[in-house]
Amino acid sequence: MARLDDIADGGGAGRPHVLVIGAGVAGLCTATELAARGARVTVIDRAPGPGAASCSWWAGGMLAPFCERESAEEPVLTHGRRAADWWERHASGITRAGTLVVAPGRDQGELARFARRTSGHEAVDGARIAELEPDLAGRFARGLFFVEEAHLDPRKATAALLTRLAEAGAEIRWGTDMADAPPADQVIDCRGLAAADRLADLRGVKGEMLVIRSPEVALTRPVRLLHPRWPIYIVPRGEGVYMLGATMIESGDRHRITARSMLELLGAAYALHPAFAEAEILEIGVDARPAFPDNLPRVVRAGGRLHVNGLYRHGFLLGPSVAAEAAAVALGANHPSEWLHDDHPQR
Amino acid sequence: MATFYGTAVESRLMLGTALYPSPAILAEAVRASGAGIVTVSLRREAAEARAGQAFWEMIRALGVRVLPNTAGCHSVREAVTTAQMAREVFGTDWIKLEVIGEEDTLQPDLFGLVEAARILIADGFKVFPYTTEDLVAARRLVDAGCEVLMPWGAPIGSGQGLVNPYGLRTMRAHFPDVTLVIDAGIGLPSHAARAMEMGFDAVLLNTAVAKAGDPVAMARAFARAVEAGRLACEADPMEPRDMAAPSTPVMGKAFLG
Repeated sequence: MARLDDIADGGGAGRPHVLVIGAGVAGLCTATELAARGARVTVIDRAPGPGAASCSWWAGGMLAPFCERESAEEPVLTHGRRAADWWERHASGITRAGTLVVAPGRDQGELARFARRTSGHEAVDGARIAELEPDLAGRFARGLFFVEEAHLDPRKATAALLTRLAEAGAEIRWGTDMADAPPADQVIDCRGLAAADRLADLRGVKGEMLVIRSPEVALTRPVRLLHPRWPIYIVPRGEGVYMLGATMIESGDRHRITARSMLELLGAAYALHPAFAEAEILEIGVDARPAFPDNLPRVVRAGGRLHVNGLYRHGFLLGPSVAAEAAAVALGANHPSEWLHDDHPQR
Repeated sequence: MATFYGTAVESRLMLGTALYPSPAILAEAVRASGAGIVTVSLRREAAEARAGQAFWEMIRALGVRVLPNTAGCHSVREAVTTAQMAREVFGTDWIKLEVIGEEDTLQPDLFGLVEAARILIADGFKVFPYTTEDLVAARRLVDAGCEVLMPWGAPIGSGQGLVNPYGLRTMRAHFPDVTLVIDAGIGLPSHAARAMEMGFDAVLLNTAVAKAGDPVAMARAFARAVEAGRLACEADPMEPRDMAAPSTPVMGKAFLG
């Protein structure tokens, strides 16, 4: 209660000061939750500004907890379901149009398997696919529609968090290292893969993606193309721009896209719609997703700081849930424990 | 126990490490399978920068023998280079040699396979070639110095089981002293049991476990199937016949007076 009084006073005295390291989606969600709970927040990031140094920059921005459940554990669904509401409260540009999943004729087995492993979908035929996405008319005879799913533009969403944080009085210091950080009562480390210097079992899972412009194709929602070798997804960013992703490679490399990956991504896009052959390639993105061995995120108390990490391919989907728990733990508030790990292997 | 280049291994089930939902589930599936050997594919890009180190450390931590493979190589040169990188990364002279010859079925290029096997054996490798049931290719590989052959059951990842049992039976009969491992195409525990009943020394599979709804339970199912099939093989199964034969002949009936 003291914290609420402090806010009412408008003063900083007595309010816990929390330093968040890293302004990717994990750091910004955590800062947002801290500010909402009345903490004084400083976010530092060694990058000069929002951009490609953070792996959130390259995210797909699908809020697809039902589809992800195909290979992810149950908490991804239970906690991910609330993500779209959170983003709607804290940012703008969230589109609730569902996800369409299709497979080429010879890979119908993949579709049957995907349907068995997931929930929250309806089976759709060619006519219904044409209704949902007219540009895919006649291309697929069967698919799955996940009506409750949503998507966002990750760059716009994180920019919105930055704006609101600034409005709430949080300080964001770009180009700042730990050495220049102000003293704080608590430190929350949201550095992603860089925190592998402290967390022994954090690894990188390389992802390669493309941003393309293809005004000839109009898709209104994320579309996943199932394929036994090269499953891809394509997320509309508006005005004919699409994010095309993403490879999953057990590698911490963050810099090089291979010809093979590019061929696979573009080949799959071409299979989805031949007009993508004419697309302009706007951006090539490569980064490594931070992941723990179970591919689930964690809040880890270790070495005098709190870590929020391992968001893997679920930064925007699980960031809000993990951030809420991290903020509560940092401020000593009660919160059901889902992601907290105390005995964690450290370096 | 099956013997691979003089090394006896308790379990006759070998597991691939790709495609699992997470490394944690992979580790649990390997434990549940009781496998003594796991295969790991090496992407050359990852080997060069040592960028896959974290994943490889997790594989090593499983405490089982690692058989690196040259998955995805389409030429002799690629396969040889990848094998050399794998030896350095994993510190083993074992190599599962794959030279892919056809993009759609991923079937091995037998000509390239024999050539690559010769080069690698001369370089001190112990080669586990991924081959077909072709007897001539098998002979060439054995002549090149391969002590293990890995014929396919069906195309990689297809889950179709043993599509040419005649060819596989013939291969077993022709190479009674070579360690033969059915590699690729196994979809169900019954496929694995059948391979073991036919007298193969071991089976290697990946997708059937990794892509199952519950990979850990499926790993357990495969462990039991492989054990059952091997036991059956050692127990000398009966020959099938066309006519019925009463299992309780007159002579065996209890006399109730």
